[in-house]
Amino acid sequence: MTSELVRNASLAALGVLALAVLVAMVRLVKGPSLPDRVVAVDLVGMLAAGMIGVLSIYAGNGVYVDVAIVIALISFLATVAIARYIERREVR
Amino acid sequence: MRSIILSTVARAMLPILIMFSLFLLWRGHNEPGGGFTGGLVAAAGVILFSLAYSPRAARRVVRVDLKTLTGFGLLMAAGSGTVAVFAGKPFLTGVWWKLAGPQGSTIELGTPFFFDLGVYLVVIGVTLSILFSKAEEEERP
Repeated sequence: MTSELVRNASLAALGVLALAVLVAMVRLVKGPSLPDRVVAVDLVGMLAAGMIGVLSIYAGNGVYVDVAIVIALISFLATVAIARYIERREVR
Repeated sequence: MRSIILSTVARAMLPILIMFSLFLLWRGHNEPGGGFTGGLVAAAGVILFSLAYSPRAARRVVRVDLKTLTGFGLLMAAGSGTVAVFAGKPFLTGVWWKLAGPQGSTIELGTPFFFDLGVYLVVIGVTLSILFSKAEEEERP
């Protein structure tokens, strides 16, 4: 369906994104403070959305794009909720 | 505590999320999506509103009492199953009607859609009542 060049390029992009997830995971495990970990989780969510977008190009299937939209919308909500929780904890 | 950026974004995002959830509900017929995911996305929009303003303001946005919403959804899902019983088929079998659409086309409307709509309402009602009760418990000192 998609040409060989596009398939190879999307595979390379998936590899780079996977590497980025790994680096974010290092920050998630090491992160000295809670906000560092929260930002790392947010980054992993956004990278997952990006990976699914690239996957939809690789598979030539537009259905995956909606999954990416849902992840992008919902992971933002999780970050807001955790930020609120942290803010509340510091007040006490 | 109250962030003006968050409250502005929440106000703009709520209609977008609800529109997207209706899109998911509609498309769940033949492609990925459906009542459950659609309901979760709609509930996420209202929860964002409740985080930005307050759970009380978010309850006002929903307008309907959550128990009524859940009960109505459950009734709708169960009712769509019993239609097949009256048609002489096993419970929850899909029954389809063909309606005349514009320009001589036909719209196929079936009980599976009403089942999905019922699931959509139940998911919104249950998710919001769980999260609102947590948020209101948190507000009380």
